[in-house]
Amino acid sequence: MMWLTLLMVLPLVGSVVVAGLPKANEKLTKQVALATTLVVLGTTIAMAVGFERDNVELQFVEKYAWIPSFGINYALGIDGLALVLILMSTILAPVVVLAGWNESHGGRWSVKTFYILILVLETMMIGVFAATDLFLFYVIFEAMLIPVYFLIGGYGTGERSAAAVKFLIYSLFGGLLMLASIIALYVMSGAQGGHTFDLAALSNLEMSSTTQNFLFLGFFIAFAIKAPLWPLHTWLPDAAQSATPGTSVLLLGVLDKVGTFGMIRYCLSLFPEASKTFTPAILVLAVISIIYGAILAIGQRDLMRLIAFTSISHFGFITMGIFAMTSQSQSGATLYMFNHGFSTAALFLVGGWMISRRGSSTIADFGGLQRVTPVMAWMFFLAGMSSLALPGLSSFVSEFLVLVGTFTRYPVHAIIATFGIVLAALYILIPVQKALHGPTTPGNENLNDLNLREKIAIAPVIAIIVVLGFYPSPLLNVINPAASHVIAQFGFSDPVPNLDSGDK
Amino acid sequence: MTFTAPVLNYTLLSPMLILLGGALIGVLVEAFVSKALRPIVQLILTVGTLVLSLVQVWRIRDEESTTAAMGSVVIDGPAILLQASILIISIISVFLIADTDQFTALAAALPGSDEERHAVQTGNQVTEVYPLTLFAISGMMLFPVSTDLITLFVALEMLSLPLYLLAGLSRRRRLASQEAALKYFLLGAFSSAFFLFGMAYLYGYSGSVTFAGIRESVVGGSGNDVLLLIGIAFVSIGLLFKVGAVPFHAWSPDVYQGAPTPVTGFMAAATKVAAFGAMLRIYYTVFANAEWSWSPLLSAIAIITMLFGSLVAIAQRDVKRMLAYSSIAHAGFLLAGVIALNKAGLEASIFYLFAYGVATVGAFAVVTLVRDSGGEVTDLNRWKGLGKRSPWVAATFAGFLLAFAGIPLTSGFIGKFSIFSAAYENGAKGVVIAGVLSSAVAAFFYIRVIVLMFFTDPIQDGTSIEIPSILTRTAISSSIVLTILLGVYPAPLLTMITNFSTFIR
Repeated sequence: MMWLTLLMVLPLVGSVVVAGLPKANEKLTKQVALATTLVVLGTTIAMAVGFERDNVELQFVEKYAWIPSFGINYALGIDGLALVLILMSTILAPVVVLAGWNESHGGRWSVKTFYILILVLETMMIGVFAATDLFLFYVIFEAMLIPVYFLIGGYGTGERSAAAVKFLIYSLFGGLLMLASIIALYVMSGAQGGHTFDLAALSNLEMSSTTQNFLFLGFFIAFAIKAPLWPLHTWLPDAAQSATPGTSVLLLGVLDKVGTFGMIRYCLSLFPEASKTFTPAILVLAVISIIYGAILAIGQRDLMRLIAFTSISHFGFITMGIFAMTSQSQSGATLYMFNHGFSTAALFLVGGWMISRRGSSTIADFGGLQRVTPVMAWMFFLAGMSSLALPGLSSFVSEFLVLVGTFTRYPVHAIIATFGIVLAALYILIPVQKALHGPTTPGNENLNDLNLREKIAIAPVIAIIVVLGFYPSPLLNVINPAASHVIAQFGFSDPVPNLDSGDK
Repeated sequence: MTFTAPVLNYTLLSPMLILLGGALIGVLVEAFVSKALRPIVQLILTVGTLVLSLVQVWRIRDEESTTAAMGSVVIDGPAILLQASILIISIISVFLIADTDQFTALAAALPGSDEERHAVQTGNQVTEVYPLTLFAISGMMLFPVSTDLITLFVALEMLSLPLYLLAGLSRRRRLASQEAALKYFLLGAFSSAFFLFGMAYLYGYSGSVTFAGIRESVVGGSGNDVLLLIGIAFVSIGLLFKVGAVPFHAWSPDVYQGAPTPVTGFMAAATKVAAFGAMLRIYYTVFANAEWSWSPLLSAIAIITMLFGSLVAIAQRDVKRMLAYSSIAHAGFLLAGVIALNKAGLEASIFYLFAYGVATVGAFAVVTLVRDSGGEVTDLNRWKGLGKRSPWVAATFAGFLLAFAGIPLTSGFIGKFSIFSAAYENGAKGVVIAGVLSSAVAAFFYIRVIVLMFFTDPIQDGTSIEIPSILTRTAISSSIVLTILLGVYPAPLLTMITNFSTFIR
């Protein structure tokens, strides 16, 4: 059965249905959109049940010729890593639709257009993780910028069009560098036994180390812009500040993961040697991201910008985990990608509700929400605790794994990164204290607490954060084989802890 | 002295002959058919001629011949593809040219004279634009299939002279239009002179005006290389002028802006196909063995053209000028296909030419729709909020812009990918990197227009979107459908191009 194609087609069908609905009936539009995302989620779960978790090969493989003259195939397949990310995306989609029920109203265009864009984006989010043909991946990677661009520019607030353009130009620039590398790979594959974009075939190409280094950089810069890694991060705070909370969730939660996913799937597998060469530099950048993101987060006055900077710090952890090249850090990084999706989603969504109620996104305008809107305040608190990786919540497990895994090979980096945790406590506790506690700021007395729809929307997110905090093994069982496979496949091995001999 | 009658293969020449015949009938129609009937008769005649010619091209698609006209014309796979592309683009363009409101009622009358006003008031619309277009198209058809320098030059003039006239036919801002025509003509004459000069040197080098003869000398390497180099340089200047490559591009922004928009679209799309078609044939067959002498220079020109076109386009405030600079940048991308000098490069160039041509005609078609009481509005500031007023028109234009920018799922991306990979295959890494970088720059100004249309509030200044006529609607929708289709599923066309594209020498 063509599970993956089915997953990609369903949201498209939904978007066509939405397009056919009458413009005036906004409620129906939203209901159809929600129903579609739920069906997609159900299908994903049904597919995930059939996933053989110990099988490290690609599963649910599909392959059809697409553009035979260039050796391009429509080829899909997933391993544990891709499965986890697809699952995350399809869980977040209905949450975003439900949580942002009224987000589409302040936009330049109709409610209908908003949901068409969201559903098209969902198709691409699934496709980008499932693609196993480099060309197909690139096409989706670039094409998915367009719906996000319109979502930010059309439905955001403030300097939305400037933020949308900045996002697009940064991403396109990275994408085009990657295109140059892809062209080089394609030409080399032609010289070594026939033009192809098949990942497995491309990873067997022989190339000089100089070539490999250049091509690696083409890919890595594109992914580092996405991820975003310091110093290529400057588009993110603007985009997050201007986009609607739902869009921000998809942007930071899912789209940015394409960057870190790409580092594992493409950078490591296609250019293992170059990956080793650049690892020291990348680890330094990752550590800088962790600390820099955290320090700037502390200084933010705008709630959304603060969340964006915390994400930069978190992406630093993920990147560090990926390039530390131990199976623990790999597993940790993958789990982190999943968990970050939910903790950021919780922060953005609850933050979005706070902002829309108060009519301001400045942290100082809030105060005493704990008394006025206790449920909302608790939700924000929980989301914040998850973001600072409090033990017992999901992010703790992943952050711990990343740090432990990194320490075995790069103790100095791991130790410096640990300061990121200390700073995380600051950047979360300061807004928590300012916004939730203390005397009620004038203007806040009559804010409404979360309604039923909002509670239903946030419930699964909080549930995942809490449950995976105590019991991460279902997910780790899927991730671990894939992570070890990545490590083993490219000739890395975990450092052996041999304390006795001491000759290491 | 005995005179040998030329042996012509009329079947193979028929696509071009049909066009010439149609154009001549058009002249007669202009003279003898009544005023009221003239526009419709001319339109049907022109479209009919083009379709007939296209059918004929299709029927001779499997023929190959070097002797169709005494060795002056070659019919091979690329010739068929290029001719078919020119015809398809022309048919779409003619739908736009059918909008008589774009053209001056009486080209012979002085701008602003009583005579002109009278012609407008009485609806005395002259329709010489149709036969002129057909003459230009027949020249374009001949240009990429010529295999001797004399025929090549005749074809060049045949396609250029009607275009000079067409550029001056605008109904509004006639002085600007005539200025454009004059500029185009003068610079075109210069470039023709260069071209002839180069031809003379090539003749001096090889003692032959046929491509085969020159090629033989190049392969043999017996002649005087200085003559060859001068010949290549000057012939190249003539060709580079036609495609609008830097530093021979100066005419194009003014001409694009001044000419009636349907003509601009036609010129930008179809002339490019013809000129690059000829260029590919000459460089791939005649000069191929002298690659060392032209490839570095052409690479430099390609890089400069891409970067210059993209950078200067950023500063443009007029949509037609912006598209002109964008077409300069695209000429640079297409030069990468010439530099590639391999089968992949030829295939990529043909695909790119067709895809770019279709999108260009479509984009200019949209430009004709944005008007106020004084005619077309090309000032970009007045395009603000277009997406609010007529979302479909704006979305279509955005589609064409995304194709120009080479965003995946549009034809532009497939074109760019294939042409750059072909150039890379030939080791032209610098060209590929410059191409990728200028694509990033170019994306910026395309996106700026999208921002203007969608993310800026409309200003009330009387700018409105004309309800497109059925012909314009057909032109726009067929262009956008082709643009998307060739981006999503280009396999059939690419396969066809692969099967067809080998030059015979």
